[in-house]
Amino acid sequence: MNLDVLIASAVDGLLIGFVYGVAAMGLTLIFGVMDVINLAHGPLIAIGMFGVYEIFTYVGMNPYLALIIVAVVGLAVGVLVYFVAVHRVIDAPPLSSLLSTFSVNMMIIGVGTAILTTSAYNVDFSLPSLDTGPITVTGTRLAAALIAVGVTALLYAFLYRTRSGKYIRAVANNRQAAELMGIPSTRILALAFGIGTMLAMTAGGLIATILPINILAGGTYELKSFVIVVLGGLGNPLGALVGGLILGLIEGLVPVFMKTTWVPVLEFGLFILILLVMPQGLFGRKES
Amino acid sequence: MPYVGTRSTWLLLVPHKPKPTELDGNIELFCIKEGTVRRTYVWTALLLVLALVMAACGGTSGTTETTAAPNTTAAPGTTAASGTTAAPSGEMKTLKIGFTTSITGKYNTESTRQDNGLQLWMDDVNAAGGITLSDGTVLKFEAVSYDDESNKDRVQELYTKLATDDDADFLISPYSSGLTAASAVIAEQYGKVMITTGAASDSVYTQGYTGVYQVYTPSSRYLTSSVDLLGSLDPSAKKIAFVYENSNFSTGVAEAAKAYAESNGYEVVLYEGYDPDTQDFSAFINKIEASGPDAILGGGHFQDGSAFARQLYEKKIPVKFVSLLVAPPEPSFSELGDAAVGVAGPSQWEPLVKFTEDAAMAAGADWIGLTGDEFVAEYQAAYGEEPSYHAAGGYAAGLLLQYAIQKADSTDADAIKAALDATNLMTFFGDLKFDTSPDHHGLQIGHDMVVVQWQKADGGLQKQIVWPESGATAAPLYPLGQ
Repeated sequence: MNLDVLIASAVDGLLIGFVYGVAAMGLTLIFGVMDVINLAHGPLIAIGMFGVYEIFTYVGMNPYLALIIVAVVGLAVGVLVYFVAVHRVIDAPPLSSLLSTFSVNMMIIGVGTAILTTSAYNVDFSLPSLDTGPITVTGTRLAAALIAVGVTALLYAFLYRTRSGKYIRAVANNRQAAELMGIPSTRILALAFGIGTMLAMTAGGLIATILPINILAGGTYELKSFVIVVLGGLGNPLGALVGGLILGLIEGLVPVFMKTTWVPVLEFGLFILILLVMPQGLFGRKES
Repeated sequence: MPYVGTRSTWLLLVPHKPKPTELDGNIELFCIKEGTVRRTYVWTALLLVLALVMAACGGTSGTTETTAAPNTTAAPGTTAASGTTAAPSGEMKTLKIGFTTSITGKYNTESTRQDNGLQLWMDDVNAAGGITLSDGTVLKFEAVSYDDESNKDRVQELYTKLATDDDADFLISPYSSGLTAASAVIAEQYGKVMITTGAASDSVYTQGYTGVYQVYTPSSRYLTSSVDLLGSLDPSAKKIAFVYENSNFSTGVAEAAKAYAESNGYEVVLYEGYDPDTQDFSAFINKIEASGPDAILGGGHFQDGSAFARQLYEKKIPVKFVSLLVAPPEPSFSELGDAAVGVAGPSQWEPLVKFTEDAAMAAGADWIGLTGDEFVAEYQAAYGEEPSYHAAGGYAAGLLLQYAIQKADSTDADAIKAALDATNLMTFFGDLKFDTSPDHHGLQIGHDMVVVQWQKADGGLQKQIVWPESGATAAPLYPLGQ
């Protein structure tokens, strides 16, 4: 087991981990603000993938510029999904929102399969690889990681520096109290759902620049997101980023030592372990 | 409380716009009455059903029309028109060819193409006046086919029906190894001769069947031609890494290829499977790099194969040769752009492959049917797309049957079996020859995989045939310039 392989694998894992982190942030933000587990998370990631693919392939736009369009569309899609499927059940028992977001999941997959089939697509785009002696870092992966860090910084700037961001935190903290202070909670919830969706679709777009995509591929990242969210603590975006890095590192390093088929076993083993030992996650908010 | 009023039933689908007065923290917002919740459940359930229906429709739409294929058998007019020596006294007989097609379900695309190819053969042979036996009997063909829904159980029911109710004279397999295995049992049970196509698995031919014959190259020989190609290109390249998908098919291919490579003096420096839905191969690739192979063989299906090829390229792995299963022959592999350049892969058949009557003669084999170019032109005229190897396999299955009937000069099952056992045939699809040992009876041993490789040409990407040398359209790109 030489050191080069170890370092190369760790770097690859960490870079993709940032992207996992962004996807998981979308899930955790929505949960943190409105206690809704968004089962349409995977298909929304897939829409982001195909958004970048379609714009790049048919308009010829640089995929990173396409990402901006996808993010804006993501916000709109999220708000739409919120009003169609989430708003009515926001205070109903959790099963209702699970079912309604699952319906959205089925609808997107159904329509997507009809139009795109489940075949794989590739965004035919490459950046020059970065060659540093023993390690070759692919350009698209590095760019995706940098953008993911940028997105996280923007999210925090938004949540802590803007009025709407503060409203979101207030509503997350105590919706009734926030409403009593005159915060328009419905609009804020819709906005939060929109931002969560935007993060999911942005992550999808980033993944499309690195890996092949298909309409069902979002499901894989949805599962990873769940593990990450539990790892980082439900409702904690920064925890999600760290969780993403941990997951990426596992995916990078485990195959060096054993067969790759062990990766999911270890990932979900960790998932169960965290649930048993520290259910609030590594950075979870303290439940009263 | 506008929320739970009469209009709330349809409001679920429309964004609710609260009046300005409601916005400011109205506690009523939370007071959803029981009725609303219950209605919400009903709506959710309805939406779920709707989504399911849509998903189901998505799988099948646009395919049903191909089922009918009315233009094929019901063309008695062509008999008289085609000027072949109309049998003077012989009786006319129409043979029923029974098979199922996956009109619906996951094998829809490939199976439909296979069906198209078979129908095209039937049109051709009927239009040419059928087959005339030495006693003057003129044989024509008629298809009896059903939709097997890509489902094994349906296949068994339907082949039983084909063998009994419909009393088909000969059977052709459905598409895919799994369905074919299910149908072969039935064919054997009812003593029908079955030509299998679209099915590469070896296992069907180890069951002791006597009347089942394979058109495709079996999976055990999928990658051996790539090993041969490597050997002819560079005798000094001796290290191979096998990286394959953990599925039945790919594992079988890799095992057989590994044994073949080792027996030819290659060193296998890495032999490892990956999960079928692997998308990120970077960890794997780091491991490959550390093992320092000259060549990488393996892959699985389209998605993982294309992901793997792309990541190999981006990571600039200094390897001389890459040959992957299934993905490279697909036209959409070119979406990978530069990453596709140099990637090779085995294919059952390619439109560019040239097998000719002269080549057959030189090899001492019989020849039957049309040339590859004619097949491509006919197929394109009939179905408006370039034929895939699935379509070619369908046509070849028909040709093989036609050849056996002519050779046996009879429609008797035993005579046909004897003729098939003795087959040494070349068609536009390639060589066809069968293992006649009791352990592997019916296994295809003549047909070889061609190896395709993506190469740069005229500013674009082109799929070239690089192996076997006799059918090559371009020199192999070797070593890969990474």
